[in-house]
Amino acid sequence: MRLAYTISQAFKQMNRNKAMTVASVFAITAMLLILGLFFILVVNINMAAESIRDDYNTIEVFYLDETKEADIKKAQTEVAAWDNVEKVEYRSKAQAMEVLKKRWGDSGYLLDSLKNNPLPNSLIITVKDLEGSDAVAEQAKNLAGIEDIRYYKDTVDKLVKVTNGIQIAGLVIIAFLIIISIVVVSNTIKLTVLNRSEEISIMKYVGATNWFIRGPFLFEGIWIGGLSAALSAGIVAAAYWKAADILESGIIQVMSIPMVPVKFMALNLLWIFLALGISIGAWGSIISMRRFLDT
Amino acid sequence: MITFDHVTKYYKTNIGLNDVSLHIDRGEFVFLVGPSGAGKSTLIKLILKEIDADSGSILVNGREVTKLTSRLIPAHRRNVGIVFQDFRLLEHKTVYENVAFAMEITHQKRREIKERVPAVLGLMGIEEYVKKYPSELSAGEQQRVAIARAIINAPDVLIADEPTGNLDPDTAWEIMRLLEMINEKGTTVLMVTHAKDIVDRMNKRVISLENGQITGDAVGSYETKNAEENKEEAEGGEEEEEFVFDWTSGGLD
Repeated sequence: MRLAYTISQAFKQMNRNKAMTVASVFAITAMLLILGLFFILVVNINMAAESIRDDYNTIEVFYLDETKEADIKKAQTEVAAWDNVEKVEYRSKAQAMEVLKKRWGDSGYLLDSLKNNPLPNSLIITVKDLEGSDAVAEQAKNLAGIEDIRYYKDTVDKLVKVTNGIQIAGLVIIAFLIIISIVVVSNTIKLTVLNRSEEISIMKYVGATNWFIRGPFLFEGIWIGGLSAALSAGIVAAAYWKAADILESGIIQVMSIPMVPVKFMALNLLWIFLALGISIGAWGSIISMRRFLDT
Repeated sequence: MITFDHVTKYYKTNIGLNDVSLHIDRGEFVFLVGPSGAGKSTLIKLILKEIDADSGSILVNGREVTKLTSRLIPAHRRNVGIVFQDFRLLEHKTVYENVAFAMEITHQKRREIKERVPAVLGLMGIEEYVKKYPSELSAGEQQRVAIARAIINAPDVLIADEPTGNLDPDTAWEIMRLLEMINEKGTTVLMVTHAKDIVDRMNKRVISLENGQITGDAVGSYETKNAEENKEEAEGGEEEEEFVFDWTSGGLD
């Protein structure tokens, strides 16, 4: 009886204040849309950083041309036994040329005009933990007959710093947006409450408890929040699906950075938005009612 | 039923009540009279615990009102029915809903509400208006709805804050008869009023307030207890808006 009464009252008052209800839904939906945009951005950048990290957890050891292949192979088994080394791959001059040709793609024929293969024989060491790659590189410097060592820790470090920065900025912006949404919702609900301040005072005279008065407004807030959440999650998911469709057949695929799957994203967005929308609506209504329920 | 023991309430700029002590027995009918700003509203607000007293004790039906926690205030107010000069009905609710609403807040069974509301509306003589909205009723009829709402939960005390202030003399007397009937059924009635003729003709106990203090308390008329004050009012030219009948908000439109 209590819950049913509260809910029926909430729907009655939403129906009575249709314009206000619609305005609130729009306000929260807009807020959640912007929020969703940042969320998608942060999540995808995160994932891109992760995959770039995976690509760059190698140390390339280049050998002088005069070093014998047998010596290099011997070094390969030696290096494979080191700490933090996942695998060691031998890449001959010829194989290196193949890789380069493939990377150049359509322009690969340009390499055919080279008389001598300028690329060195190399060992490609994949490390288990990127953080420990310094030690591995240091050890590799002592290998006999090498010309140069190249690894990407600096690049990756920079990338990690940048993505961390973007993540923090994203979280700050998201927190900010949540606060703004609560203020917007509490203001819209405050207008409904103001509209009904007379009614609330009568309710108090007749002896209604604060929760009895607050109940319908709270439910109204939750309903508006939930509705906006479902709406914005739908819009964001649809937009993301469309965007993923376009991007994956274009640039992103070429860069070989995968996007977060649409289904996974949509489901998570829905939960996050629902949690956010409902708490925004609930808090908005509680905050806006506080002043009217003092005595 | 209602006992004030040395109750004082000061506002920032003026006195509300100054060391007021009074006792109203169960089943009494009491008029509370006095000029504007005498402390009548303060007294009522204190009974309802809308405001807190600075000092003193207030007992309503054996309950110490000054010590009520905010959680207990709603239950206390259900035991004190209140009727206002401006009726304060909910405009978007029908007559039935306006009265039923006071029962709904206590989560009473729908079946009980369906029985009680028409019965009380019948008692007020407005049972045929259940489906009408307040704006469709005359002022007197609206006040009857307000009274029905105030007594639907059978309170021990009924406070009427100038219940006839917006009514023409005939309608005012109809309302008075209803209040008297409610009183005869055992409810203590405390009525704030400026209507001299009503106070005089009812011949009930009259408590006069002035400047936050009780200046008279006896069975009798408005005139005798407030002769001095009336003279002052006339001399001071104090506003007497309460005496002016507000015809425009009456039931004529």
